[in-house]
Amino acid sequence: MKVLRRIALYGALTLAALTFIYPFLWMASATFKPLTEVGTIALFPDNPTLDNYRTMWARAPFGRALLNSIMVAGTITLSVLVFGSITAYAMARLRFRGRPLLNAVTMGVLLVPGQLTLIPMYTLIVQAGLIDSYAALILPYLFNATAILMMRQFFLQIPQSLIDSARMDGMGEMRILFSIFWPLSKPVLSIVAIFTFMGSWNEVLWPLLVVREQQLMTLPQLLTVFSLGGGAGSIGVSLASAMVLVIPVVIAYAVLQRHFIESMASSGVKG
Amino acid sequence: MRAEARSGSLMVAPYAVFLLVFAAYPIVFALVLVFLQWDLVTTPAFAGMDNVRLLANDGRFWRAVVNTFVFLSIHLPLQIATALALALALNRPLAFRSFWRAAFFLPVVISGAVVAILWSNLYATDVGLINGLLVRMGLNPVPWLTDPNTAMPAIAAMVTWKNVGFYVIIYLAGLQYIPRSCREAIEIEGATTWQRFRHLTLPMLLPQTILVVTLSTINGFQLFIEPYVMTGGGPLRRTYSIVLYLYTNAFAYQKMGYAATIGVALALIIGTVVFVQRRVIGKAEAL
Repeated sequence: MKVLRRIALYGALTLAALTFIYPFLWMASATFKPLTEVGTIALFPDNPTLDNYRTMWARAPFGRALLNSIMVAGTITLSVLVFGSITAYAMARLRFRGRPLLNAVTMGVLLVPGQLTLIPMYTLIVQAGLIDSYAALILPYLFNATAILMMRQFFLQIPQSLIDSARMDGMGEMRILFSIFWPLSKPVLSIVAIFTFMGSWNEVLWPLLVVREQQLMTLPQLLTVFSLGGGAGSIGVSLASAMVLVIPVVIAYAVLQRHFIESMASSGVKG
Repeated sequence: MRAEARSGSLMVAPYAVFLLVFAAYPIVFALVLVFLQWDLVTTPAFAGMDNVRLLANDGRFWRAVVNTFVFLSIHLPLQIATALALALALNRPLAFRSFWRAAFFLPVVISGAVVAILWSNLYATDVGLINGLLVRMGLNPVPWLTDPNTAMPAIAAMVTWKNVGFYVIIYLAGLQYIPRSCREAIEIEGATTWQRFRHLTLPMLLPQTILVVTLSTINGFQLFIEPYVMTGGGPLRRTYSIVLYLYTNAFAYQKMGYAATIGVALALIIGTVVFVQRRVIGKAEAL
């Protein structure tokens, strides 16, 4: 009886896991199938081909989009970590006028749905002449309220004696932050880094609004425009272009799986 | 002390400027835009209550609101049930627990655009994987995304699939907090597995359930890339979402005032629905 229940449990888990993994395996295999085979369930194509990848690469600037995505997500992540931690440090450990207000406003910002500010942000970017620029993709994400609050919470727990003795040694606040707080804060910094990078890597609505020039598009946008605009022409080609977006994420996820789950679960970021 | 205050103010100054430009200004200007007519080319014109009146009588907007409620009525129960079931399975002593968890979480890390493109192929009527399986089992293929009655349920099922791993983690965290002594006590009383679930596990997980309901409701109101990629809002506008309508007004029709009005209305609807849900679930708990 007990053995039967164990078998049923593992059977159900395997079935569930297949439901989540199989579509991605099917997708990967479909990109190597010629048009005549795409509809089949088989994971291994009878006549494997690289044509889908060649077509995709030739028809739209996916290499460029990959670089754009890395550049945009990388800059945003760096800014959220560096400038965000400077802000969080001051909010956690320094007394200055307006600090309670800043804390309250930062928490309030989290309650505002993005759709409320979407159009005013868009008109702002248009009026600033920033349509079709990296600045349009990066500027609105330079700071992140969730990240600041998480880092602030972590910084609050670091003993004051460390700050006091560093000040005795004549260290400035910036040096205290980067040479004492940062090494102690690796857990929270890695959580912030992962969810910030992933949020930016997967973002598609904002780029669709502010970028029209193909050369400036990030991967999710180019993929969407390419697949919808009929540029792909076939399932295999459209899925092959999706692979450019998926492969780096899956590799990173396989290596840093535990950190990914912890990071994305704690921030509420869902691709 | 003076020095501390000075460095403090200096260190938060960039963030304060950012908040003014990218939070305070857009919130205020969203409310201003409600009363304007503006195509981004000519000067904005004062429109009084025109946008609000238009919205109140705009069948397309209300169609999108109804669609969202259809989506939620399928998505919420499905999301809670699947997340809870998988979390309960994972909460047992298991081999390869981190593998199972990672498998369920995989779609969460994949871009919504990719998932939408992948699933429009899985759902495809002639060459789709799902219909391929149905035909193998001797059933008729279903035109998932082209039949007005199945399109939104199909999208709701897909979104549930994409996000379930995220909610499994939330429920798993909640299950850790159920004290052993409670479980033992209820077992000594001779409760069946179902009774234990109904009278111990489920009530103890109420905070997590509220979180799951709130987050997936907010998420549901923000539905965009799925209909944009998979159906274009069709068939018969049955999958048209509020954000898709907002995007179309801004991007295709250049109606900034009206698009902003939709945004403000959406924020109000989300706030109201989440508030009501919390009251209702809170009352259910008291019973």
